[in-house]
Amino acid sequence: MSHHDITFSKEELERYSRHLIIPEFNIEGQKKLKASSVLVIGSGGLGSPLLLYLAAAGIGRIGIVDFDTVDASNLQRQVLFGIQDVGVSKAIAASKRLKSLNPHIKIEVHNTMFTVENARELVSKYDVIADGTDNFPTRYLVNDACVLENKVNVYASIFRFEGQASVFNELLADGTRGPNYRDLFPAPPPPGLVPSCAEGGVIGVLPGILGSLQALEVLKVISGVGDTLSGRLFLFDATGFTTRILKVRKNKDNPLNGENPTQTELINYEQFCGIGTSTEKKRKVAEMSVQEFDQWRKEGVKHILIDVREPYEFGIAEMGGELIPLATVLESTDRIPKDIPVVVQCRSGARSARAIRELEDAHGYTNLINLTGGILDWQEAIQPELARY
Amino acid sequence: MATLIIPTPLRKFTDGNAVFEATASDVRSLLQALSNSHEGIQKHLFDDSGDLRSFIRVYVGDEDINELEGTDTKIDDRVEVSIIPANAGGSK
Repeated sequence: MSHHDITFSKEELERYSRHLIIPEFNIEGQKKLKASSVLVIGSGGLGSPLLLYLAAAGIGRIGIVDFDTVDASNLQRQVLFGIQDVGVSKAIAASKRLKSLNPHIKIEVHNTMFTVENARELVSKYDVIADGTDNFPTRYLVNDACVLENKVNVYASIFRFEGQASVFNELLADGTRGPNYRDLFPAPPPPGLVPSCAEGGVIGVLPGILGSLQALEVLKVISGVGDTLSGRLFLFDATGFTTRILKVRKNKDNPLNGENPTQTELINYEQFCGIGTSTEKKRKVAEMSVQEFDQWRKEGVKHILIDVREPYEFGIAEMGGELIPLATVLESTDRIPKDIPVVVQCRSGARSARAIRELEDAHGYTNLINLTGGILDWQEAIQPELARY
Repeated sequence: MATLIIPTPLRKFTDGNAVFEATASDVRSLLQALSNSHEGIQKHLFDDSGDLRSFIRVYVGDEDINELEGTDTKIDDRVEVSIIPANAGGSK
């Protein structure tokens, strides 16, 4: 529907009056918002402010893609949700909240993962896409689907105290498309060079800031008011309160829309990001389940438990192990005996497996056993009173 | 001294410091000075053949060095050089 055919009720005119009295936005801008549709992929840290502001601003149709459920650890930053939503589907809880915020708009729930199978179809049904996802395979999938379907991708990402934002693949005045994510970063970092779960974390307000900037850019893209971040990358570092804006150029080698495009459809993004490929496959180590370990403890089987997480994780929850962070295990062999079974544990079992491989390779250990599922499995099956994180 | 801005994921190699300063006449020597003084950071910046990794962008001021002279781009004390890594976080 053309925005010229859009009309507003008295309630809507009153609701949006602060937009209508901005001379360069006015009722024309508001009509464009109501005539438009936006797909928000991920309703987490970035998705929360995005969805709240897009709904409040009067975007006519908003799609929410999320397969996850609300967890208590989300509430520190995901302001869409309340304590009553813990355990509920994020997309459904978000839809409920947004409908109560603005009954004049349409909310569409896609309670599913965003995958190669559904990406293009979902993206094709909306005017603008906002990327609130949290991993490299999905970031590249969102980007590629947007480029292939000729959609604008409003982007932001966050890490600890630092955030990035840009507008990708925007239709420019000369009829060409602005740079996209692959122009900026042709390839993702291999798994070994990505911050692991031990190094994650984000300060609660930061996704609020970056997600709000995304929402603002969505409104600018749709209304045509102002200059968007197309061709520019915005960076914010909250620790020093520094902001930078860098130029993003098109790359002639972009496989999607460079000078010699080689990619005309979506690809396997897990593989592209080096996840689960042969180079990533690691030598197997001896392992035991939390139930078997619980049995050992009950029977008094002689052993030592080593916890290779970081001290700040140990402070949240621990299961009686000796704390030797992964980075220091090779220098701590005086605390890791070779003559009795040593069970090694972390949060989910990945870092402890790595610690075992390093100790076996460097010091010839043969008595190390990985606790599969780590303290997360232990909490779930054996000691529910521990805090999850 | 030329100024290099270190992104959050690499600050674990710089004792948490966001800024690195060294005397350098071009981008490569500045990055090399960083690698020499901070163990472990090299492999995050360069691949085995000595090229900058494809998930790292380096900027002089607001311009990508690929638009300038690459790692041979001359620098002076007035410019700010930034390492920009790909980042996927969204905190679901």
